[in-house]
Amino acid sequence: MNATFKRVLKNGAVRFGLIILSVLFFIALSAPILGTVDPAWLDAVNMNQKPMAQVDWTGPDNQTAPRTLIMGTDSFGRDIYSRVIYGARVSLTVGVTVAIVSLIIGTFFGLMAGYFRRVDAILMRVMDGMMAIPGILLAIALVAAWGARLSTVIIAIAVPEIPRVTRLVRSLVLSIREEPYIEAAVSIGTPTWKILLKHVLPNSIAPMIVQGTYVCASAILLEAILSFLGLGLPSEIPTWGNIMAEARVVFSSAPHNMWFPGVFLGLTVLAVNVLGDGLRDTLDPKFNKRGGAR
Amino acid sequence: MSAPVLSVRDVTIALPHGADREHAVEHISFDVNAGEILCLLGESGSGKSVISFSVMGLLPDNVRVASGEIRLGDVNLLSLTPTQLREIRGDDVAMIFQEPMTALNPVMTCGDQLDELLAEHTELSMSERKAKTLAMFEAVKLPEPERIFSSYPHQLSGGQRQRIMIAMALILEPKLLIADEPTTALDVTTQAEVLTLIKTLQRERGTAVLFITHDMGVVAEIADRVVVLQHGKQVEAGNKNQVLREPREAYTQMLIASVPGIEPPAERQTHAGSAVLAIKGLGKTYSSGGWFQKKRETVAARDVNLALRPGETVGIVGESGSGKSTVARCITRLIDPTMGEMMLGGTQLDTVHRDSLKLARKRIQIIFQDPYRSLDPRQRVGEAIIEGPLNFGVSREVAMARARELMSFVRLSPDVLSRYPNEFSGGQRQRISIARALALDPEVLICDEAVSALDVSVQAQVLKLLEEIQAKLNLSILFITHDLRVAAQICDRVIVMQKGLVVEEGATRDVFLSPQHAYTQRLLASAPGRGFEFHKAAA
Repeated sequence: MNATFKRVLKNGAVRFGLIILSVLFFIALSAPILGTVDPAWLDAVNMNQKPMAQVDWTGPDNQTAPRTLIMGTDSFGRDIYSRVIYGARVSLTVGVTVAIVSLIIGTFFGLMAGYFRRVDAILMRVMDGMMAIPGILLAIALVAAWGARLSTVIIAIAVPEIPRVTRLVRSLVLSIREEPYIEAAVSIGTPTWKILLKHVLPNSIAPMIVQGTYVCASAILLEAILSFLGLGLPSEIPTWGNIMAEARVVFSSAPHNMWFPGVFLGLTVLAVNVLGDGLRDTLDPKFNKRGGAR
Repeated sequence: MSAPVLSVRDVTIALPHGADREHAVEHISFDVNAGEILCLLGESGSGKSVISFSVMGLLPDNVRVASGEIRLGDVNLLSLTPTQLREIRGDDVAMIFQEPMTALNPVMTCGDQLDELLAEHTELSMSERKAKTLAMFEAVKLPEPERIFSSYPHQLSGGQRQRIMIAMALILEPKLLIADEPTTALDVTTQAEVLTLIKTLQRERGTAVLFITHDMGVVAEIADRVVVLQHGKQVEAGNKNQVLREPREAYTQMLIASVPGIEPPAERQTHAGSAVLAIKGLGKTYSSGGWFQKKRETVAARDVNLALRPGETVGIVGESGSGKSTVARCITRLIDPTMGEMMLGGTQLDTVHRDSLKLARKRIQIIFQDPYRSLDPRQRVGEAIIEGPLNFGVSREVAMARARELMSFVRLSPDVLSRYPNEFSGGQRQRISIARALALDPEVLICDEAVSALDVSVQAQVLKLLEEIQAKLNLSILFITHDLRVAAQICDRVIVMQKGLVVEEGATRDVFLSPQHAYTQRLLASAPGRGFEFHKAAA
């Protein structure tokens, strides 16, 4: 196990992804001490300031002091730097939680469908039905029905991912189930639940981790899209999508309002995807590169 | 004597850093002359395939020829550019691979695949190419060449696919044919036919053949000269008769002594007592098809009767598709038989469910063919061995202590229990599988091709271990194999199966020395290297 871990860490793509993501996580966790102000605080005097503007800023404590606005302010006079940094919290929370939730539920369904033929026939038809509904439409419907809260957004994004994870896990289980070591476990009297947990699950974990990163990346994007469309979290909560949605109105005069959250969003998704590619190359033997001179 | 077609001189091939050894092969030298078959004989890891790849210029990027010379006629193959090499492949050198299904393009008809070759390498017109292809199909003795011409590879049998491969290899009349384990994936009767075919075509055309194999029987059947390899080093080279009958080197002697003789030993004790396992009229029919497909039924086994007494070894012999594995899987209840009755001691095995099935399973244990897939790669071997006892309520400490005993019993160090399966060789893994089966103290042990994937020297050790275990524990063994030599040596009685039916059964010596059924006779006649009594030659 240790050797696998070392091999994974040697991969350049994995390192790149991990470094960028750890920086982002550090930023999200330590947002209050990175020179930010309350992201919802508005200073009406300083509206539509350009990046790096030196201004006299009135903070939430009503004290006025000189301040450098690294990323400028939006049309309400809110500090974009603070909003972007706090926005990382939402994006990363949504991405990671959606990945975990959809992996756990999808893995459970996938194990059931892959191992028990009868469950398979019914469950996979349900999943086929879910696949037929566009993910973003389903998410919009769920948020509209339950109201815009963080938990709703997470569920709304996770639900459309579940069939995809289920399909992947099912296909893995279908091939693992035929392995002689599973038959060997059956013949030494191992109960079915134990076979699933001790033999099938550990042998399908690598492709699942890889899939998890892709789910994470698409969840971060989808959350931003929902926010941008005004269907995500309420606009007073800073998310990269919300910031961009508000920036759309003033895009011609203040493009930086869109630019900074956009760069953060792109960088995060890129890092997660690169990490996923690296993990796939190192963990999944099917994608192992073969150095052939053919 | 004219110049050799292929001349390999002092070739050393380097492996990338971090491989298990520095050189894949070291200082290999041999010649292949026109019209002769040279066999490269070696066990797995001997580097025999690497040599064939280096001749074809097919080595992976990170493996390279470090020194030496490979000449085809006057051309130094190692100095050619990829383009020049491509011209030589097919025209001058052709290759046959082990697995014909993966070597043929599944979405092209067999005729088109040969046609493509001809179009690429010759100036013939379309009708001439077709005529030539059909003539070639005729030459490799394919039935109905016209039909085969427009068939896809999956529509043909394994033997027919290998004939297509041979036709593809020989149609451009190459000077050198490289055959890399071409018959290993085939049944014995098909193997015998394909070997005869290669030999006949090679004699007619005067082709030089470099034949790579691990099978001493095949060498005896086909070779003119033999080069023996071990761990990348050339151990011995010489004429077939000299190497097989009077081997000079210890390694070759050991290899030849490991080949089980086809003649069953004279003295076999008879086993009395009531049967541990009695099977009457066992049958298994698979039906496929569902909502949208037509229903189809396949009979995998029919009317199999069998009685296994304490301490006895009964063999089920047959080729692929004979239903021998189906019988094994029915007995272990990995699949449910569709008819018949199975009695294990006093238990009706075919109807037990849940808890009583679990108890019955404990008494019958199975060892599988593929040592690389029968152990969970993510489970430490100690955990694998104690998993069975833990399922039956044995405490962890007791089970672990027993696992250590079992490891010594199968001649492995008890200290390696905490390792993962990938740290063991094929033979060691098979010993671990045996230990795992024995951990449940079974009465019946089913070996489903348990030694077929092993090198012959390892195979001999595992067979010896099985015999010792049987003697000590008075186990009954049901030994399922396609290898007649192994069956001859280890079984008290044999059952011969063909296409799901038992065609012959009896005491091993009777069946082997005076086979009654035509199929058994054909099977025995096909066993490669019948003329050589390997174990006697080495003694």
